[in-house]
Amino acid sequence: MATNNDELAVAKTLDVTGASCPMPVVKTKQAVDDLAVGEVLEVLATDAGSVSDIAGWASTLDSVVLREQTESEDDGTTVYHHRIERVDA
Amino acid sequence: MSSDAATPEQSLEQRVADLESEVAALGADEPTRMTIIATKGSLDMAYPPLILASTAAAFGWDVTVFHTFWALDILHEKRSRELQVSAVGNPSLPMPNILGALPGGDSLTTWYMNREIDANGTPTIEELIDTALDMGVDLQACEMTTELFDYDTDVFYDGVTTGVGAATALEHMADADIQLLV
Repeated sequence: MATNNDELAVAKTLDVTGASCPMPVVKTKQAVDDLAVGEVLEVLATDAGSVSDIAGWASTLDSVVLREQTESEDDGTTVYHHRIERVDA
Repeated sequence: MSSDAATPEQSLEQRVADLESEVAALGADEPTRMTIIATKGSLDMAYPPLILASTAAAFGWDVTVFHTFWALDILHEKRSRELQVSAVGNPSLPMPNILGALPGGDSLTTWYMNREIDANGTPTIEELIDTALDMGVDLQACEMTTELFDYDTDVFYDGVTTGVGAATALEHMADADIQLLV
């Protein structure tokens, strides 16, 4: 996993902390639909499954690229950061 | 043999190349299609079809869920909020069958599961239905069982497809890449 948070300019942030499968992927898809090509969405999730799920989802779509997945700690809870770029309309 | 005439090998290679490009063009722009037949209407069995359907829609797939028999209750706007789960016949639940069989056993098990659903941040059935419909999933109510259970079609969520039967389900399944019976 990459650890540098500052390289990508994040256009929008989606907070799905507390939500579990399938909502992180579903809400990410809905948020990506509102991105312009070249923009990056940052998804914040606490669902540990979102690491595999969002990577798998992104790999099947030609319209998005998963740029980074990192983790942070918030009050003892792990927050997973997924940065997804829209590359195609 | 003239020099510009194709040898049998060259003809065959050309034919293979043509067929390969034809196969590649087939369905190149077609989304993956999935058809789920949902037959169960207990709280636990309502989840898998809806989770798979809404996730598949997030993949851009073309998804149809055909609801028949007890699964009609998933589409029933009122009953979908009151789906029950039973401990009887379900050894995975932390409750002896004999207790689950007592009056109120299903209510207790359902209360327990709803509490876990809420604590885990798991979406409610209603939330999943709204999400699936919003993402273009075709949720269908089987006409025959709708009549069998004496449901008016207006008891279902807005956006549910009604007036469809087994032939419609089979038509979707014939064209689908993935078919599941839940």
